[in-house]
Amino acid sequence: MAFITLEHVGVEFPIFNAQGRSLKNTILSFATGGQIEKGKGNTVVVKSLQDISLSLVHGDRVGLVGHNGAGKTTLLRVISGIYIPTSGVCEVEGRCVSLINIHLGINHEETGRSNIKLRAAMMGLKPKQIEEKMEEIAEFCELGDFLDMPFRTYSSGMQMRLAFATSTSIDPDILIMDEWLSTGDENFKVRANERMKSLVDKTKILVLASHSRSMLEQNCNKIIWLEHGRIKAIGEPQPILDAYFSH
Amino acid sequence: MFKKTPFYIGLQDIVEALHGYWLPCMLAWQDISIRYKRSRLGQFWLTINTLIYISTLGIIFGSLFRFNLLEYLPNISASVLMWNFMNASITEGSMSFISSENIILQVKLPFFTYIIRTLIRNFIAFCHNIVIFPFICLCVGYKINFYAFLSIFGLLIVFLNLSWICIIAAVFCTRFRDLQQIIISIMQILFYVTPVVWSVKAFPPNFSPLMLTLNPFYNFINVVKMPLLGYAPAASEWMFCCGLAVVGWCAALYTLGKYKRRIAYWL
Repeated sequence: MAFITLEHVGVEFPIFNAQGRSLKNTILSFATGGQIEKGKGNTVVVKSLQDISLSLVHGDRVGLVGHNGAGKTTLLRVISGIYIPTSGVCEVEGRCVSLINIHLGINHEETGRSNIKLRAAMMGLKPKQIEEKMEEIAEFCELGDFLDMPFRTYSSGMQMRLAFATSTSIDPDILIMDEWLSTGDENFKVRANERMKSLVDKTKILVLASHSRSMLEQNCNKIIWLEHGRIKAIGEPQPILDAYFSH
Repeated sequence: MFKKTPFYIGLQDIVEALHGYWLPCMLAWQDISIRYKRSRLGQFWLTINTLIYISTLGIIFGSLFRFNLLEYLPNISASVLMWNFMNASITEGSMSFISSENIILQVKLPFFTYIIRTLIRNFIAFCHNIVIFPFICLCVGYKINFYAFLSIFGLLIVFLNLSWICIIAAVFCTRFRDLQQIIISIMQILFYVTPVVWSVKAFPPNFSPLMLTLNPFYNFINVVKMPLLGYAPAASEWMFCCGLAVVGWCAALYTLGKYKRRIAYWL
């Protein structure tokens, strides 16, 4: 049973080097960001998320909208277990994989094959499982003999293919994405989209942060609108998306 | 309520990290193998540097202070090799979290993973450098005996001690960024205080011998060096290292458990 439950979750960042006024003022001038407060002593605290309560269950496809600095990435990181909330409770049940940055762990001097291994290991696959997946990944990215060449010799399109094929080779319970992954030339794009679709279909809960209305409409059955680190609206996609994109 | 104590949280992190041991090993191996890309000698370049350092230092100091080179050279090479390993492990270990910032903020992995990566990487480098020791012994005609095998156990206990030092250092260096500079200075001082390049025989008799016996690094070096040089290891040094490992690990588990939830915020 996969579920995500957040109760009154708050995330506060201590900014230790912001004792001078100038930096504080600089941060304050970002009207789009979270709220800034003076913490104990001289430290400045940025409240990235405040009082977030939500409950997601099997079958939920959640879209996350909000301006830059509204707390989307922070919320994704809380769900991934990277940030442990400073207040409130966050409970996540199920194997959670985040595709926030698909180039994570890529080493340019290493061969394509060892990059696949490393990336897969970082996503929590065991050496045996990696061996099993290897052929499938190699086949999908269609790099042929280039797989045994250093990553730096790849064209940017080839680099994307490898990173994409590897990061999407997992089958998690909970999938977390910052923007939909789409990549490569037309031919590859079609196959990539199919692969993404089947990956999303397999996962029990999807959390997708995106600025693209069509992506959200196609993939989500629930929308969360974040503003200044708080939930402004949560519910059916259509009304919220209408309100968000027209405001 | 035991599950909420720092010890338990810290222990859980360690167990999880050891459970997925292949990841830090892969990462560490990659760090080293990068040095072999586009350079045939790779890591051995650093070994050559160390060899030049040890032989120059050994010959100059040896002749300056009229030491017997037959004994002094093997002695200093074992000490310097151990010192370099410990020094690099601790200075790089304290940066473990900061240098893996991009991974920590993307994937949830146990924090001890990054410490193992640093330690294994330095251990592989040490395994390259260790060839200097038999080489020098061969050059000066120093005979090693079967006690040398005991140094493996010595290395093991040193490794355990380095792990806890790195955990504590890494946690606090992530919070206080200038601590790294302080650690470098402390290691510099310890280098002079510890008999690495100078011999214990030169220790002034009016100083308390406790300055040596209570110096952890003196003990760490000796449990590896003495067997290598053909002497039985001293029980007191072994007990000191084991005792320190137990106390240190308790402190490390507590520190890691207490601050684990904050580390990602400090990056």
